[in-house]
Amino acid sequence: MNAPIRRISTLVALLFAALLLSSTWIQFVQAKELQERPDNRRTLLANYARERGQILVGGNPIARSVPSDDELKWLRTYPGKDLYSHITGYYSFTYGAGGGIEGAEDALLSGSSDKLFYRRVTDILTGKEQSGASLELTINAKAQAAADKALGNQRGAVVALDPKTGAILAMVSHPAYDPSVLSSHDTAKVQAAWKELNADKSRPMVNRAIAGNLYPPGSTFKVVTAAAALESGKFTEESSIPGPATLDLPLTTTNLPNDFPGACGPNNRVTLTRALEISCNTAFGWLGMELGADEFRSQAAKFGIGDRISVPMTVTPSSVPAELNAPQLAQSAIGQYDVRMTPLQVAMISAGVANNGIVMKPYLVGRVTSSDLETIDEASPEQMSQAVSADTAGALTRMMQKVVESGTGTAAQISGVSVAGKTGTAQQGPGQPPHAWFTGFAPADDAKVAVAVVVEDGGTAGNEAAGGRVAAPIAKAVMEAVLGR
Amino acid sequence: MSTVSSHPPRTRRNVELVLLLLAVGIVVLAYVNVSLAVNNEVPAGLTTQVVGLLVLAVGFHLVLRFKASYADPVMLPIATLLNGLGLVMIHRLDLAAGRSIGEAQGTRQLMWSALSVVIAAGVLWFLRDHRVLRRYTFTAGAVAFVLLLLPLLPGIGRTVYGSRIWIGLGPFTFQPGEVAKIVLAVFFAGYLVQTRDALSLAGRKVLGFTFPRARDLGPILVAWILSLGILVFETDLGSSLLLFGLFVVMLYVATERISWIAIGLALFSVGAYVAYLLFGHVQQRVQFWLDPFSPDTLAVSDQLAKGLMGMAAGGLLGTGLGRGRPYLTPFAESDYIIPSFGEELGLVGLFAILMLYVLLVERGLRTALGVRDGFGKLLAAGLAFSVALQCFVVVGGVTRVIPLTGLTMPFLSAGGSSLLANWSLVALLLRISDQARRPVAEVRSGPNATNDAPTEVVAVR
Repeated sequence: MNAPIRRISTLVALLFAALLLSSTWIQFVQAKELQERPDNRRTLLANYARERGQILVGGNPIARSVPSDDELKWLRTYPGKDLYSHITGYYSFTYGAGGGIEGAEDALLSGSSDKLFYRRVTDILTGKEQSGASLELTINAKAQAAADKALGNQRGAVVALDPKTGAILAMVSHPAYDPSVLSSHDTAKVQAAWKELNADKSRPMVNRAIAGNLYPPGSTFKVVTAAAALESGKFTEESSIPGPATLDLPLTTTNLPNDFPGACGPNNRVTLTRALEISCNTAFGWLGMELGADEFRSQAAKFGIGDRISVPMTVTPSSVPAELNAPQLAQSAIGQYDVRMTPLQVAMISAGVANNGIVMKPYLVGRVTSSDLETIDEASPEQMSQAVSADTAGALTRMMQKVVESGTGTAAQISGVSVAGKTGTAQQGPGQPPHAWFTGFAPADDAKVAVAVVVEDGGTAGNEAAGGRVAAPIAKAVMEAVLGR
Repeated sequence: MSTVSSHPPRTRRNVELVLLLLAVGIVVLAYVNVSLAVNNEVPAGLTTQVVGLLVLAVGFHLVLRFKASYADPVMLPIATLLNGLGLVMIHRLDLAAGRSIGEAQGTRQLMWSALSVVIAAGVLWFLRDHRVLRRYTFTAGAVAFVLLLLPLLPGIGRTVYGSRIWIGLGPFTFQPGEVAKIVLAVFFAGYLVQTRDALSLAGRKVLGFTFPRARDLGPILVAWILSLGILVFETDLGSSLLLFGLFVVMLYVATERISWIAIGLALFSVGAYVAYLLFGHVQQRVQFWLDPFSPDTLAVSDQLAKGLMGMAAGGLLGTGLGRGRPYLTPFAESDYIIPSFGEELGLVGLFAILMLYVLLVERGLRTALGVRDGFGKLLAAGLAFSVALQCFVVVGGVTRVIPLTGLTMPFLSAGGSSLLANWSLVALLLRISDQARRPVAEVRSGPNATNDAPTEVVAVR
């Protein structure tokens, strides 16, 4: 009976070997994946047991954890209330981390990121209390406050960028909300607030600057069409192109009218500069058809339209339809039809023009620091694309300056500073007031700030300048705040 | 046999004492560790508790010295260490749940531990020779049958968490299946020693394997039907697998015929498949096993998922005793005590614990090799293998090697019947090992001296 007993002991060894393998699989190979599961209560409790990193703007916390004497040990607070709601997002025991930096950089803030590995090891060895990394944002507190104040209780969004680096200087979306109501430890209250925020028809939790349903960009998109025209080499800023009162669209019975009565110039012709200055629909519609869909779309792509960007929050890609026939192309060339943009993308177009045609990758986190303010990581500006040549960028700048000097965007003028810009009035459908847009940058010759502003339902149908009067002052306020005026 | 060893056989009792003190030391250290981590203080009344532990452990050791001086020196320290670690974890979970001393699971477990150790010592004291048990082969069979059926009796049977494997008498509850495991091993050993010749010699050869005659298939069929009965009527997957596996392996050891394993596996597969088709609870277990994180599974039971996340939280080195959150998993002190250890002691600690079981089983199998009589061989092999199989079913269940079934981890899990059974099991193994390691001259001739199998010298080196 000894031989079978020996074989049984081999069998026992195999059985236990299987157990060693399976437990290694769970505790070593799969461990990270299991710990990152959103329904992992242990991870959540462990995160709350550690001090979560702060989110800072200009050295002041806009999100920080304060000790609390309940089971969770730390309470997340947002001193700015609703001023930064779409930037910070929320950190909720019930609904997790989301809606902004809190979600996008959760691993750094909670301290579980691999980037913090060596620091964690030293913390263990030195017996220091473990805590998450703090994030210093690129936001300019004055610009953010100015944008928030200027937008007021209108629905819409404002984005300001540093054209030379891509750093995001302001990001406001209205309506906003106070993330503190979601970070409370009172589960019933949090659930009620969550329900209310989600049921609200004006959708306060959506960051309109980078996500949401996106907007038709309206006439601000004429900058892209003008860029395509100049880049094609067939046109200069002084080229004379057709600009009738209405443009006859092929294949359809509808025509493309101007936003104002009459033609854009004498003899139904107009220069490219003048067409942009007065926002001549017919001229740009004609330009679009003249350039062709491929040239038009490739120019849009060079500005980053269609790219997946994270700032680090994921930005919904803007889009130009893939298939365009002639009338659709004419509509798209003036930012209508199915062209959809985020305000951030519109700001990136202005920033690209301002930065000699180079579009920089937008980013929000300037510096990652440990709890004792030691720098762990610093953002370095990254070039995304060369959208247009420096010459074209110069021509576009001059054309956009005209818009603010004497065109539809005079409301954006800042005394002593040359401002370049473009207004937009984006039709959304019959019977609905259009969205009012403004995008631009200043100073025109050495830009410090590029902005995009959209005010939902803020325009007046058939009156481009009216939209300019709604959106342009907001852009002006933000630019003034950045320039210190 | 080539040479006879010249040096006198050693009892190794002093080795046992040192290992035993080491085991008690580890347990005390773990206990203090938990108290420091949870309450930030050394536990009150530590000295009394240490003395109590020492009295139990050393008392058992003294019984071995007097009554089984050649017994294996490693088994008692391992059983003590596992039992003690289990107590510490259960106590730690009591602290987390805020249970007072009176209602604490740890208090009950401690009382059962003491009782089990006393009973195990009693077994060693009164059972001078394991071969005596052979006289009660069929009595054991009948007792095991009754024990297995008891939970089904109306009045005393209790259904706990869907399984009808408990009996209740007044305030006491008991899982007779645990004890039945040992009694059945005695029955199988006695029965197979008698019938092994018929079962192993007669038969016809098919494809290189010698298959038994149809009429010799009777016993395995009875065992199969019994285990299926447990599965169906008591909905106890674990015990069913354990008892059938035990029988098949003992049959194989007795007959040395691999064909019995093939037949056993085939029968088990058929039974399991039919049970899967017929019974919802079996299908449910399989579904939990295959996808513990699917919404369907989580809607019914998130136990497996929580256990896995607990183990993941432990990682390689664990959170430290008293510093993890094993209490978030249901049944963290019984069926899920292994994930609790995995979380707080890490993969390293879990490996150490599994290795303790491997050592225990290996010492049991070594005893089976060493003992001279066929009954002792079968009994020791069966008992040792039952521990291994039970560990595999429990740990394999929580780590998703096999579907989860409800069995307790020997010595670790909270549960009096399990403790009692496993301490008795170790007492039997110790008794057999005493015979195995005792020099031949000192062995009293047993009741079945003529039936002895050849032996190997393994323990004396």
